Amino acid sequence: MSANEYYTDGDPVADTKAPAGPISERWEQRRFSGRLVNPSNRRKLRVIVVGTGLAGASAAATLGELGYRVSNYCFQDSPRRAHSIAAQGGINAAKNYRNDGDSVHRLFYDTVKGGDFRSRESNVHRLAEVSTEIIDQCVAQGVPFAREYGGLLDNRSFGGAQVSRTFYARGQTGQQLLLGAYQALERQVAAGTVELHTRHEMLELVVVDGRARGIVVRDLVTGETTTEIADAVVLATGGYGNVFFLSTNAKGCNVTASWRAHRQGAYFANPCYTQIHPTCIPQSGDHQSKLTLMSESLRNDGRVWVPTERGDERAPGDIPEAERDYYLERRYPAFGNLVPRDIASRAAKAVCDEGRGVGPGGLGVYLDFADAIARLGEDAVKARYGNLFDMYERITGENPYERPMRIYPAVHYTMGGLWVDYDLQSNIPGLFVTGEANFSDHGANRLGASALMQGLSDGYFVLPNTISDYLADGPFEAVADDHEAVAAARASVNERVEFFLNNDGDRTVDSFHRELGKIMWEYCGMERTDEGLRKAIGLIRDLKDEFYERVKVPGTGAELNQQLEKAGRVADFFELGELMCIDALHRAESCGGHFRAESQTEDGEARRDDERFSYVAAWEFAGEAPVLHKEDLEFEYVKPTQRSYK
Amino acid sequence: MLLVLFIIAHMAGNLHVFEGRESMNDYAHGLRTFGAPLLPHESLLWVMRIGLIAAAAAHIASSVVLTRRAVEARPVRYVSRKPAKGESRHAAATMRWGALVVLLFVVWHLLDLTFRTVNPVKDLPDAYGAVVEGFAPERWPVTVFYLIAVLALGFHLRHGVWSAVQTIAGPNNKWRKRTQVIALAVAVIVTAGFAIVPLAVTFGLVS
Amino acid sequence: MKLKLRIWRQPNPEAKGKMVSYVLDDVSEDASFLEMLDVLNEQLIADGEDPVAFDHDCREGICGACSLVIDGQPHGPQAATTTCQLHMRKFRDGDIIDIEPWRAGAFPVVKDLVVDRTAFDRIIAAGGYISAPTGTAPDAHAAPIPKQDADAAFSAAACIGCGACVAACPNGSGMLFMAAKVTHLGLMPQCQPERATRVLGMVAEHDAAGFGGCTNTGECASACPKEIGLDVIGRLNRDFRKAAARAA
Repeated sequence: MSANEYYTDGDPVADTKAPAGPISERWEQRRFSGRLVNPSNRRKLRVIVVGTGLAGASAAATLGELGYRVSNYCFQDSPRRAHSIAAQGGINAAKNYRNDGDSVHRLFYDTVKGGDFRSRESNVHRLAEVSTEIIDQCVAQGVPFAREYGGLLDNRSFGGAQVSRTFYARGQTGQQLLLGAYQALERQVAAGTVELHTRHEMLELVVVDGRARGIVVRDLVTGETTTEIADAVVLATGGYGNVFFLSTNAKGCNVTASWRAHRQGAYFANPCYTQIHPTCIPQSGDHQSKLTLMSESLRNDGRVWVPTERGDERAPGDIPEAERDYYLERRYPAFGNLVPRDIASRAAKAVCDEGRGVGPGGLGVYLDFADAIARLGEDAVKARYGNLFDMYERITGENPYERPMRIYPAVHYTMGGLWVDYDLQSNIPGLFVTGEANFSDHGANRLGASALMQGLSDGYFVLPNTISDYLADGPFEAVADDHEAVAAARASVNERVEFFLNNDGDRTVDSFHRELGKIMWEYCGMERTDEGLRKAIGLIRDLKDEFYERVKVPGTGAELNQQLEKAGRVADFFELGELMCIDALHRAESCGGHFRAESQTEDGEARRDDERFSYVAAWEFAGEAPVLHKEDLEFEYVKPTQRSYK
Repeated sequence: MLLVLFIIAHMAGNLHVFEGRESMNDYAHGLRTFGAPLLPHESLLWVMRIGLIAAAAAHIASSVVLTRRAVEARPVRYVSRKPAKGESRHAAATMRWGALVVLLFVVWHLLDLTFRTVNPVKDLPDAYGAVVEGFAPERWPVTVFYLIAVLALGFHLRHGVWSAVQTIAGPNNKWRKRTQVIALAVAVIVTAGFAIVPLAVTFGLVS
Repeated sequence: MKLKLRIWRQPNPEAKGKMVSYVLDDVSEDASFLEMLDVLNEQLIADGEDPVAFDHDCREGICGACSLVIDGQPHGPQAATTTCQLHMRKFRDGDIIDIEPWRAGAFPVVKDLVVDRTAFDRIIAAGGYISAPTGTAPDAHAAPIPKQDADAAFSAAACIGCGACVAACPNGSGMLFMAAKVTHLGLMPQCQPERATRVLGMVAEHDAAGFGGCTNTGECASACPKEIGLDVIGRLNRDFRKAAARAA
């Protein structure tokens, strides 16, 4: 019985690939039970990898090294520009180089708990096991991690972890890891095992006889649409945070590849799980095109406050101490300004909704370093946060040494994604999904420094080992270019392109995207209500209708046409946004990164509901009303507990 | 390197003019009869001439290659341009035009003071006379051209010396900063040293 | 503020481009340079004109996609800042701003302000890597690296591959880009075996791609948004000399 009228219930879904037995032996068991492909047969097998971020480039390079023939696609002009490049903080690994009690089991435990008991134990344990190999691999590639004077790798504690297990390269860890993977990829390009297709966007998945057999791509420079057929397709196409229009994601990040696969039958799991980061630079006006993240470490020394009175227009320095509300310290005396991301984010939005926000539009709270400067001196503060302060000043024109910073939460990461089994294979045989694009290992909330770990784990170590079990049945029968499925996929792409170009509209794509983003942020952001989500679904449907009626796309299809690219992506965001709201509506519990107003404790804290919602929600596309397939979660090793930060 | 050393030696030699006619002519004579009677007449000069011509030819040839590559590497030029902001600024920006000025000057200079084709003093051993008459006040355009040329040479050296050391010296940041100073010093000394002779003659300090 | 923009418009690689003037009446000084162009494009679409194509992605200064020559300077007037992080408060009301693409034979214009920088990828493919196939790595602590070397390697590895160095170089040389990679890898003990082949391969590919030669003008370093210095070029020259001597 579905809980509301927006969806129908389907059969449960199960991960049939994860071996039983002791958790620490499952990965080894699976590698042994999975079939292998003879080295001489690998070159007869073609694998398409879409995306060149950490998960895509590492997978393409590794599959190339193994001897498969790989076609690697990205929409950017170079594989090195994938958005993994922007990750700042670091990458976790259970190396226990600090001798501070870390272990594979502790990283596993922290990650399951951090995900608020909405991830699979088997997957998370594998992630923790593989984490140590990732660091070895990256160092061998020449990634310049931070080191100590003795020449050994430096570690830090990140995101409130009690152990120092985070490896980093200044504030540009993602960049350095991605360049390592990119260089490994280019090496395979030179070796002839990987064919690289830049400025190509995947617009359709080709499914033949129930197997994923290829993709339809559009050459973004010439506009030509072509089909490539292969034995398996790997999507490493990242997250969908840009459904909110304003997010910390790159402008090009989109859900189209995943969404096209979803429309072809792949389940979309937990779409409402998004992560909102509390310390971003607020928007400065209607021109705002994206939000910039600042490291969470700022909260170690900065104090968060807003004026006590609503609508207080005075400059921050003119507001006396007695008229400031240090609301995190007040509400969470034990953790103060260091409460977890979701709590800090929600609290900021709450005070702004009360009308006490600061800066343009009242969408911001102060992060004040005056006390830290008085206590430590300006030089010490500069040594710790100098580059962040410089970045803040570059963007806002305000000097944070003299005036408190303004911060506001922003969408940062999406834990949901295409459903995959232990082998990272979706419910469509031959379609594999890695990195942020799958629903993965983070449950309902991702720990800091775990995204890079998961992307590289999937790409370097997991997928190359699991995909062979599928490819052992190949090479699969040739698919002719005029095969019915190929022709249909191509026709659907061309129809869409023609539709946008010929639509007699009067509104720009961005204007719709902005409006969709506002709806999503307001009703499907960090705090959700039954009423709000129902309203949002209605608003999205109306706006989608208007989009198809009024959207205006200039230019032609036979050239570089950035508006046309955006139109297709926004069209898919509309459908995704609706599914996110349906998912959020049905999950009537507060959990992980988000708060459901109807599910809270007496003192206003989040209440998870394990009785009713300890499952993965895997959605099947079915036109208007999606079908829900539940995958029950079992916790043998880490027993669910409620979080408390009081 | 050979060219730079030659320029410095040539400049130092020129300063003999301040010691009077005899000293200057002795110096010029000494260059011709260096090693005599063991070596044939002008043997040092010929070794130097061949060496210099070879070095200059290699220098010009590689600059032509670089220039041609530079032109091909930017087939469409910028509409809007900003002044140079790099290491040796204007010196770097004037390498090619300055080189042409220097090249034209070298031709003139040889015709003037070496072969005397365009110099009023045809008596080859009288180097002093050639300088004094060549830069006589009434021949002021010659002096102006000469000054422009040594200024161009100075600019050329300013960037050239630094660039040569940068290419050879490797990634040492300390040395790069020092080289900037050295290159500037070489350029200023050479320019001043060359400029002082014609100026002195033109303004009648040497006659 | 009110601005007059003169922007390079070129519909396709074959077409002859030209500068076209546009006027924007109400630009917020809090907008970034690219957001200002977004506003222009919204206006152009509304007026039924073709919007200006330009490359951009992360808009936080790290992906290296944005690539505009603003008033003759790659990434504009603010030092150590990519175009996407440049904000309009650096300009004044009534300014006339020229916007052009990177200009280099090795970076042909695709459309308007978008250029093709795949030549950089080819240079990396010609040796800008360490051959360390997945699974072959020893423990990360097997070879300590002095902090000083690791820091210097990082500074060179901070290159975002935007190509501003090429755009700024009067010779259209890609030396700084290439040298940054040679330096990053050259400082690591694990990449010594390929040090000679790397520099020879990369230089050969660089020259074949049609980049100009380096004459140490230093324009590259002053345009580099990540402040990569000329020391990397010194290192490349040294490595190249040694490798070439050994190969000869």
